[in-house]
Amino acid sequence: MGELKLPPIDYGALAPMLILFGVACVGVLVEVLIPRRFRNLTQLILALLGVVAALVFLVINRNTRIVTIGGAVAVDGPTIFLQGAILVLGALSLFLIGERQVEAGGAFVPQAAVVVGSDSDTRQTPGRPGLTEVYPLATFALGGMLLFVAANDLLTMFVALEVFSLPLYLLCALARRRRLLSQEAALKYFLLGSYASAFFLFGVALLYGFAGSVQFDAIHQAVASPQNSQVLLYGGLGLVSIGLLFKSALAPFHVWTPDVYQGAPTPITAFMAACTKVAAFGALLRVLYGAFEGARWDFQPVLGTVAALTMLVGAILAVTQTDMKRLLAYSSIANAGYLMVGVLALTEDGLSSTMFYLVAYGFSVVAAFAIVSLVRDSDGEATHLSRWAGIGRKSPLLAGVFTFILLAFAGIPLTSGFTAKFAVFGAAVDGGQTWLVIFGVVTSMLIAFPYLRVVVLMWLSEPGESTPAVSIPGFLTSAALALGVIVTIALGVVPAPLIDLTREASQFVR
Amino acid sequence: MKDFPFLSVLTLLPLAGAIVVACIPRARAELAKIVALVWSLAVLALSIVMWAAFTVGSTDRFQFRESYAWIPSWDARFTLAADGIALVMLMLIAVLFPVVILASWHDVDASRRSAPAYFALLLAFEFTMIGVFAAADVFLFYVFFEIMLIPMYFIIGSFGTGQKQYAAVKFFLYSLVGGLFMLASVIGLWVVGGHTFDFAALVEAGRSFDTNTARWLFLGFFVAFAIKAPFFPFHTWLPDSGGAAPAGAAALLVGVMDKVGTFGILRYCLPLFPEASRWFAPAALVLAVIGIIYAALLAVGQNDLKRLVSYTSIAHFGFIGIGIFAFTTQGGTGSVLYMVNHGLATGLLFIVVGMFVARRGSSLVSDFGGAGKLVPVLAGVLFFAGLASLALPGTAPFVSEFLVLIGTFSTHKAYAVIATAGIILAAAYVLWMIQRTTQGTLNPALDEVPAMRKDLSLREKVVVAPLILLLLVLGFYPKPVTDVINPAVQATLQDVGTTDPAPTAVADGKGGR
Repeated sequence: MGELKLPPIDYGALAPMLILFGVACVGVLVEVLIPRRFRNLTQLILALLGVVAALVFLVINRNTRIVTIGGAVAVDGPTIFLQGAILVLGALSLFLIGERQVEAGGAFVPQAAVVVGSDSDTRQTPGRPGLTEVYPLATFALGGMLLFVAANDLLTMFVALEVFSLPLYLLCALARRRRLLSQEAALKYFLLGSYASAFFLFGVALLYGFAGSVQFDAIHQAVASPQNSQVLLYGGLGLVSIGLLFKSALAPFHVWTPDVYQGAPTPITAFMAACTKVAAFGALLRVLYGAFEGARWDFQPVLGTVAALTMLVGAILAVTQTDMKRLLAYSSIANAGYLMVGVLALTEDGLSSTMFYLVAYGFSVVAAFAIVSLVRDSDGEATHLSRWAGIGRKSPLLAGVFTFILLAFAGIPLTSGFTAKFAVFGAAVDGGQTWLVIFGVVTSMLIAFPYLRVVVLMWLSEPGESTPAVSIPGFLTSAALALGVIVTIALGVVPAPLIDLTREASQFVR
Repeated sequence: MKDFPFLSVLTLLPLAGAIVVACIPRARAELAKIVALVWSLAVLALSIVMWAAFTVGSTDRFQFRESYAWIPSWDARFTLAADGIALVMLMLIAVLFPVVILASWHDVDASRRSAPAYFALLLAFEFTMIGVFAAADVFLFYVFFEIMLIPMYFIIGSFGTGQKQYAAVKFFLYSLVGGLFMLASVIGLWVVGGHTFDFAALVEAGRSFDTNTARWLFLGFFVAFAIKAPFFPFHTWLPDSGGAAPAGAAALLVGVMDKVGTFGILRYCLPLFPEASRWFAPAALVLAVIGIIYAALLAVGQNDLKRLVSYTSIAHFGFIGIGIFAFTTQGGTGSVLYMVNHGLATGLLFIVVGMFVARRGSSLVSDFGGAGKLVPVLAGVLFFAGLASLALPGTAPFVSEFLVLIGTFSTHKAYAVIATAGIILAAAYVLWMIQRTTQGTLNPALDEVPAMRKDLSLREKVVVAPLILLLLVLGFYPKPVTDVINPAVQATLQDVGTTDPAPTAVADGKGGR
C-alpha cells in the first residue's frame, strides 16, 4: 500500500466556503466569550463580515474554472454565480434575523430547550433578548449551501446537504411566538428531510454501482457508454432526484413547505425561501446538466410532469389559503415549478434563465417576508388574511410596496417576476418544451387570483377593527426591504446586465 | 423637425406628470387638478405639433422612428414609431385626456380617497396608452399592454361606484388572461421568428412560418385582443367595468383602451400572420356580426345608463371588426376612422351620462324622466351624443360606418346586410334611452333633487364643446384623417396579401378574392 497522498487543493477557490465555516466556528466561541448584552451585535457584525469577505473572494475568483480537492468541488461559472446569489440573499436574510426593534428581543426565543407550554416557557416569552446562536447556525447553513452548489461528486453533495439542512431544522424551531407551531414545523421538516436525505444516499449507492464512481464526470461517461444495468442508473437518478426535489419543494415532495414556512420564524422563512431555493436548484442544475445530460430523454418527461404538477398544485392551493405565510409558501411552490420549466430546457439558455429567475425571485421573496414581519399586533405577526383588510388606508406605503411585490409574483411587466418568467418560458420553448410553457401560462392565470385577492383586500376593503398597526421597521428590516424592492424594479426595467452575467456564467466544468 | 424625439417625449411626459401629481399632498386637491389639466394640455400641444410634422403620403410607413437598446441578449429594443393608424389614435388620446380630466373635476370630491391619487392615476393611464400605441417592438408593446391594466384597476376599484371591487377584479383577470395567452404567443413568435422582437423583421419572418404554428400564434394574439376589444363572447367584463368606473374613466376605458384590441389586430395579427388571418377571417366576421346584433339587443333592455352605453360600445366594436376582416381598403380605413369617431362619440356620451348621473345620484334610467324640462342644454347635448353614437349623417361616425359597410359589402354581402340591421337597433336603443330620460312628463322625484336644476356650468360647456365640434367637423370633412389612415391601411393589407376587388367583380357576387 503506497503512501497516502493529499490531492492538490486550490484554497483560493475554496476560500468563500472556508471563510463561512470559520466564521461560524468563531461565532460559537463568541457565545462563550462575549457577555450577553454585546453578543447580538457582535454576532451580527461577525456574520455579515464573513459574508462580505466570502463575496470579496468570489469576485476575485470570478474567472476561476477548475475542479479541485480531488474532484470533489468544481468552481465554475454557475458555481460562482449561484454562490454569489446565496451570499447576497443570505446577507439580506441576516438583516432580517438581526432585527431587534420591531419586536422586543427579536423573533427568536431566548431559550429553545424548554418544554413548549410549560411554566418556564410562558415566562420566557416577553421582552428577554433572543438566542444569538442563530447567527452561527445561519452561517453554517450558508457555508453548506455554498458547498452544495459547488459539489462535483454525489458524496460531497450529500455532506453539503446535511451541513445546511441540520441548522435549518434547528432554526425553524426557534420562533418566539406560536412555539408549538414552530416546533411542529421543525419536527416535520426534520423527519421529512431525513427521509429525503436517506433517499438521496440510497440513490448515490445505486449510482456508484452503475458508474463505479460518484464523481459527475465519471457518471457522465458511464451514461454515455453504460457498462452496467440501466436499472441502476434510473433507480439511482430517481432516488437522488427525490432528495433534491424535496429541498426545492417540488410536487409531490412539497407537502412540508406550507407548514414549515408558517411555523418557522419569519426571517428564517425568508432565508429558506430565498437561499435554500437557490442552493437546491443549483444542485439540481449541476446534477442534471453536469452528470445526467446524456439521459435527458429519459428524465425530461418525468421531471416535466413533476414541474407541471408543481405549478398546478402551487397555483390551485394558493387560492384557498387564508394565512399570508401559507399563501406565500404555495406561491413559492408554484415558482419552483416555473424554475423547473427553465431547468428542463436543458440548454445554456435554460441554465442562465434559471439562475436569473433564482436571483429575481430571491430578492422579491425576502422583501415579501420582510413585510409580513412588519404587520403585527400584540400577539406578534398578524398573518391571517382577514387582518390585512384595509391596510392600504392605514399604511399606504407598506401596502404599495407589497402590492408591487405581488405584481412581481404575478409576472406583470416592469417587475423582475415578468422578466424572469419570460426568460425561463423562452428558454423552454426554445428547448422544445412548449407544453410546459402552456402549463406555465395557464397556472400563471390561476395564481394571479390569490395575489389579486390580497391587493383587493389591502386597498379596496374597509379597514376593520382588527386591522393591526404596522410596526415602524428598524434599520435592518428597512434595508432588506428596500434592497429587495429596488432589485425587483431594476430587474424589471433594466434586466440586461444580470442577463448578460448569467449568460457568461452558464458553462459547467466537470 | 422630424428629428425631435416626439414619441418618447410624448410617452414619458404623462409619466412625469403622474409622478408630480402623485407627490402633491391630498389637502391641495385643487392644485393637483390644475397641474394634471395643464400637463395633459401640454401633451395635446405636443401631439398637435407632431401631427403637423407627419408627412402625409410618404412612402415611409413608420415615421418618428426611435430605437434604443434595452435587453440586447433578447434583441428587445425600446422602439417607438407611428404609422397613420397609430398617429390618429395618439391624437385621439391627446384630445380625450384633457377633456376627461376637466370632466372629472368634481368626481372624486365626494369620495374619501384623495384627488391627487385619482389624477395621477389618470396621467399614468395616459402614459401606458400612448406607450401601447407608439410601441413598434413586440416586447415593448406587450409590456405596455400588460401594465395599462394597473392604473385602470385602481381607478375602478378605488374610485368607482356600485360593485366596484367585483368589477375591478373581473376587469383585471379578464385582461390578464388575455395578456397571458398573448405572452405565450409572444414567446413562440420570438422563438420561431429568429430571436428578435423587431416588428419589421418579424413581418419578414412571418411570411415563412409553418402554417399550423402561425395559426396557433395568431390565436394567442387574437384572443388577447378580442378580450380587450371586446368581441363577443369575451365581452362580459365591459358592462361591469363601464358601469362601475367613474364616468370620465369609463369614457377612457371604451374610448381609448378598448381600441388597443382592434389596433392590435390591425398592427400585429394581420401583418405577422397573413395566412392565419385569412383563415380565421370567417370566424372573426361571424363573431363581429353576432356582437353587433347581440349587444344591441342587450343595450335595448338595459336599465342602467352606464351599462347601456357600454353595450352600445360592444356593438360598435362589431362594426370595427367586420371592417378589419373584410380585407378591403375601404373597410379597413372605415374601421380605423370608426375607432377615432367612436372614441369621440362614446366618450362624449359617457361624459354627458356622467353629468346626469352626478346630478341625480343614480344611473338608473327609471330614476330620470322628463329631465329635458329641467336641464334643456344638457339634454340637448345628450341628444346630440346619442345621434352621433347611432351614426346619423352629418356626424363623424356616419362616415366611418358607411365606409365599413360598403367595404364589407364588396367582399362579404351577407355580413354587411346583417350588420345593417344593427343600425336599426342602434336607433332603437339610443332613441329609447333619450326618450325615457329626457322626454315626456317630468318625474316628480327628479324635481326634488336640487342638483337637477343646474344646467351646464361653464366648465362643463368647455368639456363638451370640443368633442361636439370635432364630431361635426369630421362628419363633414373627414379627409385630413382619412388621408393619414389610408396609406397605413393599404400597407397593412399588402402584408396580408389581399387586394381590393375590382369594381366589376362585385357584379358576379363573389368578390375578387
